Amino acid sequence: MSTTVQAGPRTLPPLGPTRKLKVPKQAERTLANGLTVIVVRRPAVPLVELRLWMPFGKANLARGAVLAQSLLSGTPTMSAVQIAAELQKVGGGLSAGLDPDRLMLSGAGLVTGLDRMLEILAEVLTGATYPEQEVSTERDRLVDRIQVAQSQPAHLARTALLKRIYGRHPYAVQTPEPDQVRAVRAPALRKLHAERVHPTDAVLVLVGDVQPERALDAAEAALAGWTGPGHATELPPAPPLESGPLLLVDRPGSVQSSLRMALPAVPRTHPDHAALQLANLVFGGYFSSRWVENIREDKGYTYGPHSSVEHSVAGSVLVAAAEVATEVTGPALLETTYELGRLASLPPKPDELEQARQYALGTLQLGMSTQAGLASLTSAYAGNGLRLDFLAEHAARLAKATVDDVAEAGARYLAPAKAVTVVLGDAERIGGPLAALTPVDRVAAGS
Amino acid sequence: MAARRTRIPATKYPVERFTLDNGLRVVLTPDRSAPVIGVAVVYDVGIRSEPEGRTGFAHLFEHLMFQGSENLEKLAHFRHVQGAGGTFNGSTHLDYTDYFETLPSNALERALFLEADRMRGPKLTEENLRNQVDVVKEEIRVNVLNRPYGGFPWLKLPPVMFDTFPNAHDGYGSFDDLESATVSDAADFFRRYYACGNAVLAVSGDVDVAEATTLIERHFGDVPARPAPARPDFTEPDLTGERRTSYTDPLAPLPAVAGAWRVPDPVTDFAGYLPYVVLAEVLTDGDASRLVERLVQRDRTVTGLGGYLGFMGDPFDVRDPTALLLQAHLPPGGDVDKVLRTMDEELDRLATDGLTEGELARTQARMATHLLRDTDAVLGRALRMAVLEQQRGEPGLLNDLPRLVGEVTDEQVRAAAATLRPERRASVEVVPGGAR
Repeated sequence: MSTTVQAGPRTLPPLGPTRKLKVPKQAERTLANGLTVIVVRRPAVPLVELRLWMPFGKANLARGAVLAQSLLSGTPTMSAVQIAAELQKVGGGLSAGLDPDRLMLSGAGLVTGLDRMLEILAEVLTGATYPEQEVSTERDRLVDRIQVAQSQPAHLARTALLKRIYGRHPYAVQTPEPDQVRAVRAPALRKLHAERVHPTDAVLVLVGDVQPERALDAAEAALAGWTGPGHATELPPAPPLESGPLLLVDRPGSVQSSLRMALPAVPRTHPDHAALQLANLVFGGYFSSRWVENIREDKGYTYGPHSSVEHSVAGSVLVAAAEVATEVTGPALLETTYELGRLASLPPKPDELEQARQYALGTLQLGMSTQAGLASLTSAYAGNGLRLDFLAEHAARLAKATVDDVAEAGARYLAPAKAVTVVLGDAERIGGPLAALTPVDRVAAGS
Repeated sequence: MAARRTRIPATKYPVERFTLDNGLRVVLTPDRSAPVIGVAVVYDVGIRSEPEGRTGFAHLFEHLMFQGSENLEKLAHFRHVQGAGGTFNGSTHLDYTDYFETLPSNALERALFLEADRMRGPKLTEENLRNQVDVVKEEIRVNVLNRPYGGFPWLKLPPVMFDTFPNAHDGYGSFDDLESATVSDAADFFRRYYACGNAVLAVSGDVDVAEATTLIERHFGDVPARPAPARPDFTEPDLTGERRTSYTDPLAPLPAVAGAWRVPDPVTDFAGYLPYVVLAEVLTDGDASRLVERLVQRDRTVTGLGGYLGFMGDPFDVRDPTALLLQAHLPPGGDVDKVLRTMDEELDRLATDGLTEGELARTQARMATHLLRDTDAVLGRALRMAVLEQQRGEPGLLNDLPRLVGEVTDEQVRAAAATLRPERRASVEVVPGGAR
C-alpha cells in the first residue's frame, strides 16, 4: 500500500453525497378491542423490541406509581419470580414505567420468543393480581427510591421547575410523596388496573427481526382477550409559561448550582417546530452550540449544559439545564441570558444554521438505525398520534427552514424575558450574585 | 437438561483486520443495513497507567484530545462531527481510552481525517489545559461530590481491594493533582502512550471495505510510527483475609454496601473467567435471580441489587486484576452485616446444591439478548471490536460471545460461586449521613 505524504496544512475532506432519508415501512392493525398494533421490520439482530403505550393521564399519582412498580408481581398462574423466569427463558424481560401521560410496558427478547412474550404480556394485562405481600415490598422499595431521588440535586431542581411551570396542571407534580405511597393498598391497585389498564387508545409497537404480518397475527392472537371500556382522560392543555422572579431553591452546602430555564415550545406537528428545533440547537441543544461553547469550552463553568424541547401530550416546553460551580452561578446565569437574548434579537449566521440542520437530519438517521431506537421513536410518535412517515415530513421542514424562520423562532420562543428560571443551590452564597441580575424569590429545598 | 431450551442465536458481523506500516491496527466490520457508521480509536492507556501525583490525568488528557490538533482549531472537532450529522465522545477506562463518533456514512472520510489529525498531535496549550481542568472539576462535582452515592462503588472499592497505586487510586483524580497538571505532563503523556503502535482504529457500518481501506491509508498512513510502550505489570496477589471498610456519605439518605472478589484473568484465562460473568447474572439479573429473590423479595433486607464484572461494569474490556462485584442498597436502618451474611449463605447454597432445573439456560438466554442488543448500534460494535482487538487480537470474539456464554456449564458456575468466600472479599459500606 502506498503512503501519501502531504506537505503543509491538511484540509478537511468534503462530505460524500447525502443519502436520502429512508423511513422504514410499518404494518398496522387496530384490533377489535381497540388496541393499535404497529410492527416495523428491522432484522439487524435476532431480537424483538416491545413497547406498549397505554394512556394514563390524570390517574392518581401514588397509586399509578405503585401500580407500575407491581404490575409484574403476579397473575392467577404465576408469581413475580415465575413471570420473570418465564420471560428469561426466551431471553425476554419486561418493565413498567409511568409518566403523567402514559403507562408504558417495555422490553426486548430473542425474536424466537415473541409469541411467549406476548402471551405473558397478555396474562399480566388481563390478570395482574397485585398480591398483598409483593405490593408491600414494591411500595417500600418505591418509598426508598423516592427518598434517594429527593437527595439528588437534579431531581430537586426538576421538581421545583415543574411546580413553577405547571401550577395546578397535572404535570406539576410527577413524583408522589413517600407518605402518599405508603398509604397505597393492593385493592386500590386492582381497582385502578380495572379502570385504566385498557386496550382502547393503547398502542403496541414491535420492532425487530420479525415478519410484520405474522407479528400482527401473533399480537392479535395473544391480546384479543384483553378487553375493557375506554376511559376518556383528556388532560387539559398545559398552561402558558408565566415568567416572574427567579426561584431560588436553597440547598445549603451545595458545591454546585442547578440552573434550569423553561421556555415556550410547540408540539412536533406545529409549523414552527422545525425552526424552533434548529433555534434550540444553535442556542444550547448540542455540543457545538453557543451556550456550550461559551459556558463550558470558553469559561469552564460547567460540564454538561444542555437544552431540549420536551414533548408531552398536553403541551411542549423547552428546558435548558446546567450544573454550574457555586462560585460562578451569577456569571453562568448572565451568559445564559446573554445567549438566549442574542438568539432572540439577532439572526443566526447561515453556517451556524447549516451546521445545526445537518446535525438534526443526521441524528434522525442515527436514531432509526437500531431496533431499540426505532421502537422508542415509533412509540413516542404513536402516543402523540403520529406515524413514522411523519419523519419524512419533519426532515423536509428541517431541510427548508431559512435563517429568517429560525430568527423568528428565536424571537418567539427563546426570548429570556419569557423564561421561567429556577436555581437550586446554596442560597447564602448565590443569592446575592443572582439578585444582582434579576428579581429573586427564595424557598427551601423540597418545599 | 430441560427439553425446551431456547437456542442461542449468533451474529455474523464480518471482520477485516490489517496493520498499517506505522503499526496502527485496523478493524473493519461492514454492515450496509442502515446509512450510518461508527468510528472508534482506542489507545492502550487508562487510569492504571497514570503517574503518582497525577491522579485523574488519563481522563483529563482525554479532554485535551478534543481541544484542537495539528490542523484543527479548538472547537473544530465538535463542529465538524456534529455539522456532518454525527455525535461524538470519549471515555477513560482502567486499561484504555476511547474516542469515537457515529455519523451518516457520507462522513466517513471526515471522521478518519479528524481522528488521524489528533493522533498526529493534539494542540496542548496552557489556556486549554486550565479550561479543561475547570470542566473536569465540574464533571467530578456532578458525578461524585454533589450527589448521594457519588463514585460508589467504582471509586470507593478499589482502594479497599488493592494495595498498589495503579489499581487502588481514584481515577477521577484529586482537585490538587488536577490543578498541578502541566502542559509538559500532557506532552509527555501523549509522546509515551498515544503512539499509533499503541492504538486500534475500528470502523463499522455502511462502508465498502476496499474504499475504507484506501481512505484509512490516506489519512493514517503517514502518522509517524511510534511503538507501543511496554505495559507495566499491574498484577497483585489475591486477598488472604477479608477487608472491610465504611465511610459516611453526607448526602446519602440510606445505607448501601458493595463487595468484590478477584476473578481469573479475563484475557489469559478467558475460559476460567466466563463462568463468573454468568454467575453475576444468575445472582442478580431480574426478579427470578438468586439474590433478588432472596434479599429483595423474601427477606426484604435489600431494595436494590446489582452484580457485574469489572469496577466500571466492563466484563469484556478490562485486564487483570479485576473483580466480580455485588452491590446492594438497603432500607432505612438496614443491617449491612446481615446482608453480607445472607449473600455468603446464598453463594454457599449455590456452590453446594448447584443450580435448579432451567436456571442456567434462562439466564444464558437473557444474557444473549443483552449481548446482541449491545451490538445493534454500529458504534457499539466499533468500540467493542476495537477493544477486543487491542486486548486480545480477536475482534470477531464479539460474534461468539452469546454462544460462549451459552456453553458455560452448571458445574462451572457452581465452582465459581464456591470461590466467593468472605475471606477473599473486599467490601465497603456507605453510612448514610443525609438528612431525613
